[in-house]
Amino acid sequence: MIQFPEKADAYKRWTQILFFWTARILSLTIIGLLLIILYFIISRGIESISWEFLTAPPKEGMTEGGIMPALVGTMYLIFYSMLVAFPIGVLAGIYVNEYSANGRVKRFIKMMTNNLAGVPSIVFGLFGMALFVNQLNFGASILAGSLTLALLSLPLIIRTTEESLKSVDYSFRNASYALGASKLYTIRKVVLPIAFPNVITGLILSIGRVSGETAPILFTAAAYFLPRLPQSVMDQCMALPYHLYVIATSGTDLEKTKPMAYGTALVLVVIVLLVNLLANLLRNHFARKVKMK
Amino acid sequence: MIMNRKVEKGFEVLIRTCGYFTSLVVVLIILFLFKEGISFIGDSPIEEGYALYLSDENPVGTLSEDQIKDLFDGKYKLWSELGGKSDSIRIFSLDDLTEIFSEEETGKDLEHLDRCTRKLTDSIPGALVFVLEAALSDPSGLKKLNAKPITLSSFLTGQQWFPTAKPVGVYGSLPLFLGTLLVSIMAILMALPFGLAGAIYLAEIADKRIRNILKPLIELLSGIPSVVYGFFGLVVIVPWIQEGLGLAVGETALAGSIVLAIMALPTIITVSEDAIRTIPSDVRQASLALGASQWQTIVRVLLPYASSGISAAIILGIGRAMGETMAVLMVTGNAAVMPHGLTHPIRTIPATIAAELGEASFGGLHFKALFALGCILFLITFVTNYLVDSFSAGKKSK
Repeated sequence: MIQFPEKADAYKRWTQILFFWTARILSLTIIGLLLIILYFIISRGIESISWEFLTAPPKEGMTEGGIMPALVGTMYLIFYSMLVAFPIGVLAGIYVNEYSANGRVKRFIKMMTNNLAGVPSIVFGLFGMALFVNQLNFGASILAGSLTLALLSLPLIIRTTEESLKSVDYSFRNASYALGASKLYTIRKVVLPIAFPNVITGLILSIGRVSGETAPILFTAAAYFLPRLPQSVMDQCMALPYHLYVIATSGTDLEKTKPMAYGTALVLVVIVLLVNLLANLLRNHFARKVKMK
Repeated sequence: MIMNRKVEKGFEVLIRTCGYFTSLVVVLIILFLFKEGISFIGDSPIEEGYALYLSDENPVGTLSEDQIKDLFDGKYKLWSELGGKSDSIRIFSLDDLTEIFSEEETGKDLEHLDRCTRKLTDSIPGALVFVLEAALSDPSGLKKLNAKPITLSSFLTGQQWFPTAKPVGVYGSLPLFLGTLLVSIMAILMALPFGLAGAIYLAEIADKRIRNILKPLIELLSGIPSVVYGFFGLVVIVPWIQEGLGLAVGETALAGSIVLAIMALPTIITVSEDAIRTIPSDVRQASLALGASQWQTIVRVLLPYASSGISAAIILGIGRAMGETMAVLMVTGNAAVMPHGLTHPIRTIPATIAAELGEASFGGLHFKALFALGCILFLITFVTNYLVDSFSAGKKSK
């Protein structure tokens, strides 16, 4: 806090106090808004959550039963999209930070990654439909949806990987080179192990993002209702966010499906909360680790 | 274990390939989006497989999509209004034809439909017959009514969006674009005071402990899925607006703006906070040393210094809001009309794609039109990124 001299101009002082409090109150409003949204969804949703809700398929035109197929579908989408995006994203991050010379190439790749990150999710949906569903003939399937989601989460993984590699001090690399290790060996055995917790943060945040995305899977994977679980990656699947959209907007009886909708929204929010918590824990752990060395 | 030199080389090639992967994806997106989108321009708006026939005496030959739609909606009574003779307009569909003519005349499989159509247009000079093109085996003696091909300007400036109108869809994207722009700009205007205050608070006022609590919370705000925001908007904000303002429906542009404002907050806060935070501390100290209070320093020195970064935050916020799909789809009421104001339903470009792509037949005109809308969205993204980049570059050159 700033100390005012004895004869400080009272006007100056009071405007400062006034404006500081305005900034403080507006900021707290934002946090209040977040807490209201969370409280609303948690308090309304908690009544719907039961073992049955999590393990039973929807029944009676989605007014009863649970969300198990949607939960399983989202798990499939997360698993397969990360299976594709994580290795590619990490390698791309390694390339950007360790290999590309500082200059035009690096700027170009970063620009393209930025552009990809800014592409609206519905455009990913269009693209996924044109390329995976139609051109490659996968049809609307877990495969097509996962690949679409993988492309969408690439920029996030690349950026976090790049950031975490950047924070590894150069002395580690130089020490390794001095011992005669090759560049790749240094990255594999020295740089990556130090950066790893932060790289995993990127993976976790991507899982959070992928679990909540609706627009990219609308036409590539999501099914309104499926009586059985998907049998292979070529099957369509139900997914949590799409399920929420469906029961919130086009159910047969909107009043009766509301508890189901609150419950689904709560599950989505819990996933987001867990993801953020985990990411923060890892990040703090990482910050300590880097500091210690 | 030290890897074989060859394996290592192979690995490095793999790393390099992955490095260029995002560029490849961007190129592929452009390719697939624009392939469909561009083929939309220049297409005839008449639904594929259908044809409109006139008497060959009728001088009218080509009409625009709007004119044909109005014609079928009964807005024109006489051909003279469309540049023809003063015959009154009468529209006949296939059902009308089979009713007028007996089965003997049309033939069992409608194979003589061409003859019947000719008979009809001869006796009624103002007749317009709307049938499947394949239904008439010999259209000689009839005149085909052509629709003006869709042009880029009719697509961008057309004020009506009726892709499912029969027999011609009307594809004017202006109402969608203006709807998108309206909710996004209103959202940023609402979010800006809060976002800027939040950024200033986090960067300059809050002590480290509070900052460490607030930062993850704001991150959480950006982590909540858009469909959850949409749901919250639907069950809380929409009824609130409906009752508070006494409207017939609460699903309005205002509801969309509020939801988007909440969603835009994290972007605005993070980017502007970064801009304020990266100001060299000499600037701050110089101002304080001159006797300025901390507040004066923020308002007169730091904010102007960070203005390019804050502009970048605003543009990024608008760009993101324009591309937002699910939340907007759920709360804006989805009326594809020119926006009348905040208390009326509107429809945005992404919401249109999400709502209509499922119904559009693959490869058809409607399908292509939605891809053309996707192209517009993609261009918005590019412009946004370009502006943000140039603003950030402006900051560096200072």
